[in-house]
Amino acid sequence: MHVPDGFLDPATSVATGALAAGTVALALRRARAELDDRTAPLAGLTAAFVFAGQMINFPVAAGTSGHLIGAVLTAVLVGPWTAVLCMTAVLLVQAVLFADGGLTALGTNITLMGLLAVVVGYGVFRGLSAVLPRTRTGVLTAAGVAAFLSVPAAALTFVGLFAVGGVVDLPVATVASAMTGVHLVIGLGEAAITVAVVGAVLAVRPDLVHGARGMRSDAVLEDRRPAAAGTAR
Amino acid sequence: MSRRGRTLWIVGVALALVVAGVVSWYASASPDGLEWAAEEAGFAHTAEDSAAAGSPLADYLVDGEENRLSAGAAGVAGVLVTLLLAGGGTWLVRRRGAPGRG
Repeated sequence: MHVPDGFLDPATSVATGALAAGTVALALRRARAELDDRTAPLAGLTAAFVFAGQMINFPVAAGTSGHLIGAVLTAVLVGPWTAVLCMTAVLLVQAVLFADGGLTALGTNITLMGLLAVVVGYGVFRGLSAVLPRTRTGVLTAAGVAAFLSVPAAALTFVGLFAVGGVVDLPVATVASAMTGVHLVIGLGEAAITVAVVGAVLAVRPDLVHGARGMRSDAVLEDRRPAAAGTAR
Repeated sequence: MSRRGRTLWIVGVALALVVAGVVSWYASASPDGLEWAAEEAGFAHTAEDSAAAGSPLADYLVDGEENRLSAGAAGVAGVLVTLLLAGGGTWLVRRRGAPGRG
């Protein structure tokens, strides 16, 4: 979903750029509460993994493909503010080094994939987590649904931006109908990858997963010793 | 980092390198959802080349050479730069000292 240069007019690009810059500045301060000596390395790893995952376009329908966004994956693993920073790092590297996503569109891409997808996705995740059982299955269900919804949410936000600042005057319904169907299918891939990766990390280091704090084990018999030495408070 | 934390990190980085350096070669080359929708709705032609289009890593290839080695090297470089940027950034921002409220 990387927006190239040219799709949106300069005013819209400046506005999304300002929104992105403000959000990143805020995230630099708020992420501090999510990051310590144990979780910061996981944040770097998650960003690198999202970069790699975004390279894998999977076929969606005849002649179309989609790839991971990774916003919910990152927010569930390392926290929403840290996810804003990780997604911004990925999008910055892609735009500057790989010419993937425009440079003037960088603010738009951060707004869509680094901000909107995180806010909507993590919001859905928290909402579902509040009503689902605090178990591995509950966490993965919430993460999967949130990841699925984050993709059409970002796609529809692009439709909104295009309605305001698109350089071609097209009916909103035309753009919306073209964007929605394909991104619903891509959302299924997003959910599958998110559940697989969060599930894998939960299997080995549940204590590191931001979105699984307070999680109980599905298993009745479990080793209840503290996770690691050296974490005395 | 604890020993298990280090194992997770090393396995994770290795996996990211393999995905970006090897698996990416087999990714679908079809237009993605946005590109497809832009063609469908009729605004694909408004896309402009990025000012970074001349980058030696543009289009996830080294100097535009379309072969496994070039694509793999570009992917590996991207993972490492992202790891450095995001990992370094979050390491600088983190709370110092033992885990807990701080």
